[in-house]
Amino acid sequence: MSAITPNQVIPVPQHPPGGNYLNHSRGIMSWLLTVDHKRIGIMYLIGVMASFALGGFFAVMLRTELFAPAPLFFSDKTKAWDFYNQMFSLHGAVMVFLFIIPAVPAILGNFVLPLQLGAKDVAFPRLNLMSFYCWIGGAIFFVFVLAGGIVNMMLPELKGSLAQFGLAWLIQPGLDTGWTFYTPYSSSKSASGVVPATLGAFILGFSSILTAVNFMATIHMLRPKNMGWFDMPLFLWALYGTALIQILATPVLAITLLLLAAERTLGVGIFDPALGGDPVLFQHFFWFYSHPAVYIMILPSMGIISEVIAVHSRKHIFGYTFIAFSSVAIALLGFLVWGHHMFVSGQSSLANAVFSLLTFSVAIPSAIKVFNWVSTLYKGDVRLSTAMIYALGFIVLFTFGGLTGLFLGAVATDVHLTATYFIVAHFHYVMVGSVLFALLAGFYHWWPKMFGVQTNVMWGNIAAAVVFIGFNLTFFIQFIAGSLGMPRRYATYPEKFTIFHEVSTIGAYVMAVGLILALGNLVHSLLRGTPAAANPWGGNSLEWHCASPPPHDNFAKTPETSDPYDYHRWEEQADGSWVQIPEDPQRSKTAH
Amino acid sequence: MISALLAQTTQQLGGPIPWLPPSASTIANEVDWLMEAITWLTVFFTVLILGLMVYFVIKYRHTPGRKPEATVGHSTVLELTWTIIPTIIVVVIFFYGFRGYLNMIVVPPNTYEITAKGYMWGWAFTYPNGHTSPNLHVPAGVPVRIVLTSDDVIHALYIPALRLQKMNMPGRYNRIWFETKFVGDPLTPTADGKPYTEQHMIYCNMYCGTKHSEMLAQLIVHRPEDFLKWLEEDSDVGKQIRDGKITPLQHGMNIYGQRGCAQCHSIDGTKGTGPTWKDAFGHEGVFTTGEKYLQDENYIRESILYPDKHVVAGYGNVMPSYRGQLKDVDIDAVIVYMKSLSKYWTGGDPTLGFKLPEPPAAPK
Amino acid sequence: MATATADQGHAGTGEHAHPPHLAHHFDSPEQQYQSGKLGMWAFLATELLMFGGLFCAYAVYRANHPEVFLYSHHYLDATWGGINTAVLIASSFTMAWGVRAAQLGQTGLLKVLMALTFLGGVGFMVIKGIEYQSKWKHHIFPGFYNAYNPSYFDKANKDAALQDAIDYRQSHISGHSAAGLPAEAVKDGAVDGGAGQGQTGKATVAAAQAAAATRDQLAGPTTRRGTMLVDPNAGTGDEAKMLPTFVQPVGLAVAQPKTSHAPPVELGDMNALSQSRINTFFGVYFVMTGLHGIHVIVGMGIIAWLFLTAGRYSPEYFTPVDLGGLYWHLVDLIWIFLFPLLYLIH
Repeated sequence: MSAITPNQVIPVPQHPPGGNYLNHSRGIMSWLLTVDHKRIGIMYLIGVMASFALGGFFAVMLRTELFAPAPLFFSDKTKAWDFYNQMFSLHGAVMVFLFIIPAVPAILGNFVLPLQLGAKDVAFPRLNLMSFYCWIGGAIFFVFVLAGGIVNMMLPELKGSLAQFGLAWLIQPGLDTGWTFYTPYSSSKSASGVVPATLGAFILGFSSILTAVNFMATIHMLRPKNMGWFDMPLFLWALYGTALIQILATPVLAITLLLLAAERTLGVGIFDPALGGDPVLFQHFFWFYSHPAVYIMILPSMGIISEVIAVHSRKHIFGYTFIAFSSVAIALLGFLVWGHHMFVSGQSSLANAVFSLLTFSVAIPSAIKVFNWVSTLYKGDVRLSTAMIYALGFIVLFTFGGLTGLFLGAVATDVHLTATYFIVAHFHYVMVGSVLFALLAGFYHWWPKMFGVQTNVMWGNIAAAVVFIGFNLTFFIQFIAGSLGMPRRYATYPEKFTIFHEVSTIGAYVMAVGLILALGNLVHSLLRGTPAAANPWGGNSLEWHCASPPPHDNFAKTPETSDPYDYHRWEEQADGSWVQIPEDPQRSKTAH
Repeated sequence: MISALLAQTTQQLGGPIPWLPPSASTIANEVDWLMEAITWLTVFFTVLILGLMVYFVIKYRHTPGRKPEATVGHSTVLELTWTIIPTIIVVVIFFYGFRGYLNMIVVPPNTYEITAKGYMWGWAFTYPNGHTSPNLHVPAGVPVRIVLTSDDVIHALYIPALRLQKMNMPGRYNRIWFETKFVGDPLTPTADGKPYTEQHMIYCNMYCGTKHSEMLAQLIVHRPEDFLKWLEEDSDVGKQIRDGKITPLQHGMNIYGQRGCAQCHSIDGTKGTGPTWKDAFGHEGVFTTGEKYLQDENYIRESILYPDKHVVAGYGNVMPSYRGQLKDVDIDAVIVYMKSLSKYWTGGDPTLGFKLPEPPAAPK
Repeated sequence: MATATADQGHAGTGEHAHPPHLAHHFDSPEQQYQSGKLGMWAFLATELLMFGGLFCAYAVYRANHPEVFLYSHHYLDATWGGINTAVLIASSFTMAWGVRAAQLGQTGLLKVLMALTFLGGVGFMVIKGIEYQSKWKHHIFPGFYNAYNPSYFDKANKDAALQDAIDYRQSHISGHSAAGLPAEAVKDGAVDGGAGQGQTGKATVAAAQAAAATRDQLAGPTTRRGTMLVDPNAGTGDEAKMLPTFVQPVGLAVAQPKTSHAPPVELGDMNALSQSRINTFFGVYFVMTGLHGIHVIVGMGIIAWLFLTAGRYSPEYFTPVDLGGLYWHLVDLIWIFLFPLLYLIH
């Protein structure tokens, strides 16, 4: 029987005596050689968000070119179209490989996963650092390709002159194959830096794989004794499903890229029909990874949403078990649907039928999650923090974007819509409208924990609104353009489509402003933010049971685990922070 | 103002359903029906989810002193309901989607065969009599079968008005079929008295390099009785020339622009994948073997039909052969065009037509 | 209730002081060991999937172009391949024994076994080098360096290189049982039978090209790169009704082996398109064996490191040896699949 009276609070350490992980050791080498998962997460944050800015720059460039049908950046049409082709290829490659695939697992997963397990670190901290350097390695290749593109644009004769000394390979002029590298254009026709770009993606694949191996082992082995699989926060289920996909799918991309590089350098003849190969084989190989890749993007995002919706409506997540199983179902079913990218490639009708039916099947677990999230709001105590605003935005945009997938899963309609702006709109709704929104929700949700500061709510919410408006302005109209026949990857277009592009470009600028505001708000909080409490939102998963920012080894001793969605033991204070109150035998728990 | 522009655009681009092109094929209606059905489904579920979400957020928003109410934490009944109903819906969508697709690929008997070859960056449609045209002309109401292939990289033939699309794969053949119908009234008299036709856009819909977005063509739908007349007339270039409808020079320029020469050979002196045609005819050059040559009619003919026999120094052996694709009248026209571009051709004006050359000035 | 404390004082006194090999974020050596094993198995899964992609490419090509594989596999010497298989299996045995030695704390034995395993790797790579070199000498290498490649890098000497490659193959076949019998070419209507090699069975480049050319008789223009278009539905009712300007459907004439000792498929039995695919076989062969070879070298590095650090391992801590052993066994396993698929095609 406890001697604590009901009015006493149980304090959570605000300022641990040993300092926190940020000031635990000083100097650049203590960061570059760290094995602390939190510091690695922060390093990823800087690198990945820098890549986001770069990819975003390419997007603004290409949308600017598309404002009018006539070429803008160059008067010579050939140069203008070549430039545009580079812009959209680099936008896709940088965003997919350097930003969106690592983003949630490498930044938020690295930071939060061990904390949510009450562990001191991931299972393999040194491997974690190696993952980071693999990411850096891949990024270096992309930067090399990009630099080559810029140099080639400004000094076109340089490459030819260097050829005399056998050094032409130093100038790798960008990438103009699209991020999908379809052969035989990429293997035999393109004069751009296909080989270093594919090698960069290959190295990035290792980063992905090693992170996944780490997370899988950590979730299996480093759970505290009384945290069973169904006692884990759903973010961990999401990261586990993601790790499964990363481990099983990424190696197939690795071999595909290796074969593409071999084809291009040695003429191996596996994908180019002129050398005896089969271009459709490339598509099968490529999409076998790249379709599960989109689930690598969305699953951890959905995990974030589960956390944010529950905490910010102070209610136990509805349908925990179904959400948990749906994460694994999406991971596994996602491997069976790659052929829906190839409905018009000339593959057999049987293949089309099977892939179409399976594509619809993978939609169901996603729908289940959305229904469960909305049900969580029911009779909750909803707080419109910035994180919550992004999470609600996610629900709207993911629902709509996911539903537009129905048009594409049905073969007859896909024949009309594939490779048009309809597809571009669809995947931006699920990648930007969903994954980016979830990432921002996660940032705003865990920023106080990561840096010990609060963010400005007003500016955060204004930015969220601007991003939401800008996003819809950019992409909603693209559904209509695509439906009317506007093809994708076009540098110019028939005059009749001009209004669609004008609206879309304006939307892109609005979205860019909103994103600068949103991210600037986060940076500003680092400089001027008020200190945050250990538990600013009243969450109950274990990361809220340590100080903000956490100490170097997370927990002095492993905290007591309980249902991570049971908030009844937290009480809101006058300053907005939450403290834990002792168990009152008279008081009934919220059922779960 | 934007909405007015949008309305105008959808009117120009769209058909009876504003966000879809006019339906110009027999399969289009089936596709459009499914598009509309899925659209309404999408709208319904989006409004439902969005509505419920907004309603809950407002109704259960936090006010000071408020606490969340006790509810159940899960409901297997609810889970099963919202699993089973969507499953049924998607299976139905799958069924209609696949059935529509089967109608697209099961070819009816007695089709009219046209080959569609994509190359970087243009189209060559070849009709059963061997004639090749850069645009796709078809008779309405007749099932047409298109065999698609590619010369180099993957292209895709996309005709939104027909709701059809398929990749042009190098090294193999894909097939589609369709039967066009008129959107308007084929009995409408035309302004210039020419036979009534309808035009729809053809796009290349698989990224294929620099001029991917300029790889356009037109689908031209003829009345069945007019189609064969068009084909006969268009095929017989010689007759067109004899009737004075087109000069050999114009025909040569057309071949240059429509049959792929322009992609590699410039006419202004710029070095491309192939040598420029400016000041080329009648000039001497060197092959990669070091052998000298004179660019005369024989050489031009050989380059077109057997391009890998000799390669000009400084260029690669990448020119495709046009054996069987260009007839003699075409090759002659190209030669005329090249003569007109070259300052080294002193043999007289190739565009004289029905005139005789001026006699040389008499020496004083 | 609170779990077992993770508070391992580094200045721990007493019997169960923090062992040197136990990382601070693990509660117990057992947990660390099990985590390591799980992580290693997950990584091996990625390796399996990567090679799996290659096996898939192999399967697709072999199913669609069996004649190419039947023709090309004669370049591979099953004897050397078999020796390599034996070498790798033996080295897997010494590796497994090494893990046992580490578990029992037998450092000296461990070092010997690691050295033997390393030597096995060396032997494997040496034999691989011999095989690769014999092919290189006869212009059989991946891609543009393969005499069968339509874009062979040395255009001037292409015919000579191809003839050399064909002769080399012939010498391989003559060294084996089914030698010198003329292939039973399936006659297709447009082609003279038996073209491609003389009655003595000696294939020549000229004859093979002549055979391919007769098949091309009805062909009109070729595509931009000279590939001949073949209707995959040739012979069915569904073939593209082609125009005189395009290639007539040409069947793939393959010598259908009627018995298991059927005469080998010869170059003249294949049309130009299939001939161009021979270099794809070698592309697949070199990428598969090359990538495997790289993994062998990486494995050798790991074994060398285990040799150098052998003193660290004891019954309490032998995880690196265990995990290194798992990697080496995987490398061996992949070869055991590679060998029959590439070398033992019948």
